[in-house]
Amino acid sequence: MKTILLATALLLAAPVAQACETFTIGDISVERAWSRASIGTDRPGVLYLEITNAGATDDALVGIATPADAMLMLHETVVKGGIASMSHVASISVAAGQTVALSPGGFHGMLMGLTEALTEGATFPVTLTFAQAGSVNVTVDVLSMRAEGPGCDDAK
Amino acid sequence: MVCFGFTNCPDVCPTTLSEVVQVMGDLGDDAAFVQPIFISINPERDRRLGLDAFTQAFHPAILGLAGDAQATKASAASFKIFFAQEDAPEATDGYTMSHSSALYLVGPKGDWLRQLHHGTPAADILADLNSRF
Repeated sequence: MKTILLATALLLAAPVAQACETFTIGDISVERAWSRASIGTDRPGVLYLEITNAGATDDALVGIATPADAMLMLHETVVKGGIASMSHVASISVAAGQTVALSPGGFHGMLMGLTEALTEGATFPVTLTFAQAGSVNVTVDVLSMRAEGPGCDDAK
Repeated sequence: MVCFGFTNCPDVCPTTLSEVVQVMGDLGDDAAFVQPIFISINPERDRRLGLDAFTQAFHPAILGLAGDAQATKASAASFKIFFAQEDAPEATDGYTMSHSSALYLVGPKGDWLRQLHHGTPAADILADLNSRF
């Protein structure tokens, strides 16, 4: 019985652990990659993550792609005078020694051509391409539609 | 507790509604005295995609409203909010919406209470509501 309980606990813990996984290419590391569950495929999905540049050279996120979506683009929400609008951004700079967050209300990846619905508890892969460091594959955890953050503060 | 938005909004609107959900949960029994309302500023498409499915995915108490163009303009004018359709060739249907992103508190008799800017922590919204019971 104890073994079963332990096994269940490990199964339940697995997605949370994944959400805190760190992916590295050269001086760039990417962590806390998460998304929200979608209702079907008609509405766009979202992608959040954090990028840290531990090197001495400035870098930039210049490309983003995933098999889960035909049109993943980088966007930025700008709230000016209380009005929120979104604009497409071609790249996101990550200066030497800095961390840049794609997080609610700021930069985010927007999935505008979902090939299938994003289900809570599932994951999908995303390939990020940096001008200097090259490409890195990142696993994104799909959290609840109500999620406000990656939910892995315990690991920090 | 009123906010404006559209259901194709991937970033701002889910964030606001997530805060509403957290506040409703933290209110406990007092949640019965608070009606969260999500007013669509993109009513035609939202009705087609299903407004209820969207609001219900967040919280069963959230009432989604989608009027006709005239009613939408009237409610926006009444709250003094801004919304506009913006061309976005890459977006679904070729456009996206910009809109006021605040949360508005209105009393039970329709009396204006206050505006909470986007990003106000749920704890602050909760404290404000609790001070009114």
